[in-house]
Amino acid sequence: MKSLPEILKEIRPEFDFTTSNNFMEDGMLDSFDMVTLVSTLDKTYDISIQGTDIVPENFQNLQTIEALLRKCGVQL
Amino acid sequence: MQINVIEYFEKGALAGCRDKVAVIDQEHQFTFGQIGHFAKNCAALILRNGSMMRRPIPVFLPKSAQNIIADLGILYSGNAYANLDVKSPPQRLKGMLQNLNADIIVTSAQYADALRALDIPSDRLLLIEQAMTTETLYDQAVLLKRLEAVIDTDPYCLIHTSGSTGIPKGVALNHRSTIDFVDWAFERLELDGSEVMGSLAPIYFDAYTLEFCLCIAKGATWVVVPDQTATFPVKLVDFLVKNPINFIFWVPTIMVNIANLDLLSKVNLERIKKVFFIGEVFPTKHLNYWRRHIPGAMFVNLYGPIEITVACTYFIVDRELSDEEKLPVGFPCRNTEILILTEQNRLAKVDEPGEICVRGSSLALGYWNNPERTARGFVQNPLNPHHPELIYRTGDLGHWNSRGEIMFLGRQDFQIKHLGYRIELGEIEHAALQVEGMRNCCVVYNQGKKEITMFFECDRQLSPAFIRERLSAALPKYMLPTVFNQMDLLPRNPNGKIDRQKLVSSVN
Repeated sequence: MKSLPEILKEIRPEFDFTTSNNFMEDGMLDSFDMVTLVSTLDKTYDISIQGTDIVPENFQNLQTIEALLRKCGVQL
Repeated sequence: MQINVIEYFEKGALAGCRDKVAVIDQEHQFTFGQIGHFAKNCAALILRNGSMMRRPIPVFLPKSAQNIIADLGILYSGNAYANLDVKSPPQRLKGMLQNLNADIIVTSAQYADALRALDIPSDRLLLIEQAMTTETLYDQAVLLKRLEAVIDTDPYCLIHTSGSTGIPKGVALNHRSTIDFVDWAFERLELDGSEVMGSLAPIYFDAYTLEFCLCIAKGATWVVVPDQTATFPVKLVDFLVKNPINFIFWVPTIMVNIANLDLLSKVNLERIKKVFFIGEVFPTKHLNYWRRHIPGAMFVNLYGPIEITVACTYFIVDRELSDEEKLPVGFPCRNTEILILTEQNRLAKVDEPGEICVRGSSLALGYWNNPERTARGFVQNPLNPHHPELIYRTGDLGHWNSRGEIMFLGRQDFQIKHLGYRIELGEIEHAALQVEGMRNCCVVYNQGKKEITMFFECDRQLSPAFIRERLSAALPKYMLPTVFNQMDLLPRNPNGKIDRQKLVSSVN
């Protein structure tokens, strides 16, 4: 199974997601990427991320996304 | 008789409500008087740099008060605005700029570097900040006198659309077609200037044409939804709640997302009086969700390719539709005729599918600097042997239903609609074939999952990340495939061509 950094790398190959603390402020993810990211996470981990969870706070950095995945029942 | 779109502004908002707020973005809030003053300054600066007339002038600015000022300024200068996507990859941007070959590009200090990186000399860049000064750089009488030389069949704006050969096509629209559509829309769709628009459509889309004209003619307020907000459906709905928005003109994708996430049940959006949408099919189930939650609003489905000014058909949702029933694209707009032509070029009967063709003032002038493509899309009306008369062949399939409404059926070719964008799959394939080692590729669309899927043959193993990185140099984000399948050999049909149909069925 692909890791979270791998998934992000496929979406935006030009960025290093392990060093940024705020993907949004650093301009690393835009609205197109968000659509792709959420659907890839849903598919990869067989989860369904709730609309109310698709907010900037949950997609700031690797830690916040991982926390969201755990909340959805993914064992990381 | 009105000849120039700028008359909307001069006789409309500028004369009637100078001190009303015209536009609100994240950084600015300007009145009609202010944007008029800045726009005329901008026109004067354009004219200092040359005597261009009736030419498209590229605008390289993000959606903002600045872009409205630039567009108006260009119109005051007797030219046509060509709003570009500031997120265009350099290669694509360069292709568009070369095709337009303008003496001047309107941009801002922040965006000028991206243009200089393409070897565009600084003296061709007009920074909009120079126009946004209280100083008066123009002579009103001189500007308006000069505008008399513009007639209504001259270009008003230029909008780019995906081209299968790899370079986007620039569709030139004229003043006549714009006035023709906008006057009708004001009347039929009951637009009076009381609108506060929550604007989400890119400025290089034709939905912007209606928003722009509604703003300058009737004095409606144009509120730019910030990019960050548009990324998150929850934030977007929150934006609608917290701002005095009463009009939206969006593409269905985002509205479907909001419906799927059931975000409207917790808020009150009764303030919204008009919900227009364009650009793709709005699934009736999701439309019904919106109608249930904003029962007092007028919902309007507009249909029309960029080659027709904004739209050629409309459907005011005025009856109950079951979730399974397809939403009609409706009826022709005023002064437009829709011909549904069979392969034999005769008019299709009720329920008989055919190609949707359009005749009327609403037709674009054609593709800028591209007579071959223009001649292919804009053709003599086969039903009229008597005098020259062009129709536009949309390539869309449709039929009349028994109620006398037009129903959209799909595409004849390899064009798709993805996130509201019109995309030629051939343009993606063209870019993909430039990747080193790529032998063959076929790009198809997964309609169910809304995924652009690429099948390819290559000398070596290529990772999706690698391909996306290469493709992003040539294609905008919305055109990048998200699913990749490397194969030893793509399936072929008996005559040796790639069996596209087989690949299409494999994903759908």
